[in-house]
Amino acid sequence: MKIIIMGCGRVGAHLAKMLDADGHSVTILDVDPYSFRRLSPDFKGTALVGNGIDEAALKRAGIEEADAFVSVTQGDNRNVMAAQIARHIFNVPKVLCRLYDPLRQEMYSTLGLDAFTPTTVIAEILKEKLES
Amino acid sequence: MYIIVVGGGRVGYYLTRALLDEGHEVLMVEKSATVCEIINEELGSVCHRGDGCEVATMAEIGTERADMLVAVTGDDEDNLVSCQVAKHKFNVPRTIARIGNPQNEVLFKKLGIDVTISSTNLILENIEAEVPTHPLTHLLNLEDKGLELVEVRIPPDSPTVGKAVDELSLPPDSVLSLIIHKERKPVVPTSSTVIEAEDQIIALTTPESEKELRAALRGAEKEPPAAA
Repeated sequence: MKIIIMGCGRVGAHLAKMLDADGHSVTILDVDPYSFRRLSPDFKGTALVGNGIDEAALKRAGIEEADAFVSVTQGDNRNVMAAQIARHIFNVPKVLCRLYDPLRQEMYSTLGLDAFTPTTVIAEILKEKLES
Repeated sequence: MYIIVVGGGRVGYYLTRALLDEGHEVLMVEKSATVCEIINEELGSVCHRGDGCEVATMAEIGTERADMLVAVTGDDEDNLVSCQVAKHKFNVPRTIARIGNPQNEVLFKKLGIDVTISSTNLILENIEAEVPTHPLTHLLNLEDKGLELVEVRIPPDSPTVGKAVDELSLPPDSVLSLIIHKERKPVVPTSSTVIEAEDQIIALTTPESEKELRAALRGAEKEPPAAA
């Protein structure tokens, strides 16, 4: 699969490494070239400086041929906007988007976007640990 | 009308002031406590501190009874989400977003934002209109029909000078609406109207055919050499 990841933070870089190791063709996008230090040295994919909410940057990343798009930057609004561009402008078959705000996640899920929130998941894990 | 303004920057500030002067009920939403304080001191209690993209904040300020929401922060993504929250969570009838990247106009429309205002495009349109040699000026967009009204000026050395309208190879979706000959009355062109040097031509076209129309009226312009 050809996969585009927006945001080379801890999650983005880790996901890129795993997908790359599995043989997928990965392009990772970030506005800050310094963030690419997080990529493992044997990463065979493409690291591209660019803003994922800019259609021109997404085209450079090859979104027109992409099978999947994942947005995992620090900003919920950026993630959800990029995901909607991927979905509605470029018709990418699989689009995933991380949102820290559970209320926003709920809203965009009802709008048909594949949005997930780590917030409630982590809170539940912590609660379980505390009570055990 | 109850109008919510999201973003307390310069645009938000002057917009709020103007809307208040017109007698509307206006509430501004701004993240920064300092900015909020200054605005409240100046305009009375019109600024609510909070995130205009957060459902909880928007519920607090009675967004469900708002007639309009205008998102004018400096970030397109924040304006988009703010408008979407207003539309889908609170059924606000009219949402307006300020955009910086003109390309976002298409996306925002597709996602149900009623109106987008791009300062970049507004300035561009003014520059086009000011520069008399500009080959093609946008006059009006008829967005729901996908058409636009443009003005094309015919340079004296254009190969089309002296040709009749039916000798031109116009794109099929473009119509010449009006020809303004130099220092004469405008005419509605027929197939036999002859193009003269320095004519101003008002035409209806689509964004896709713009280039072709320009070439048909002004002769093919030299393409810059393709990058190797």
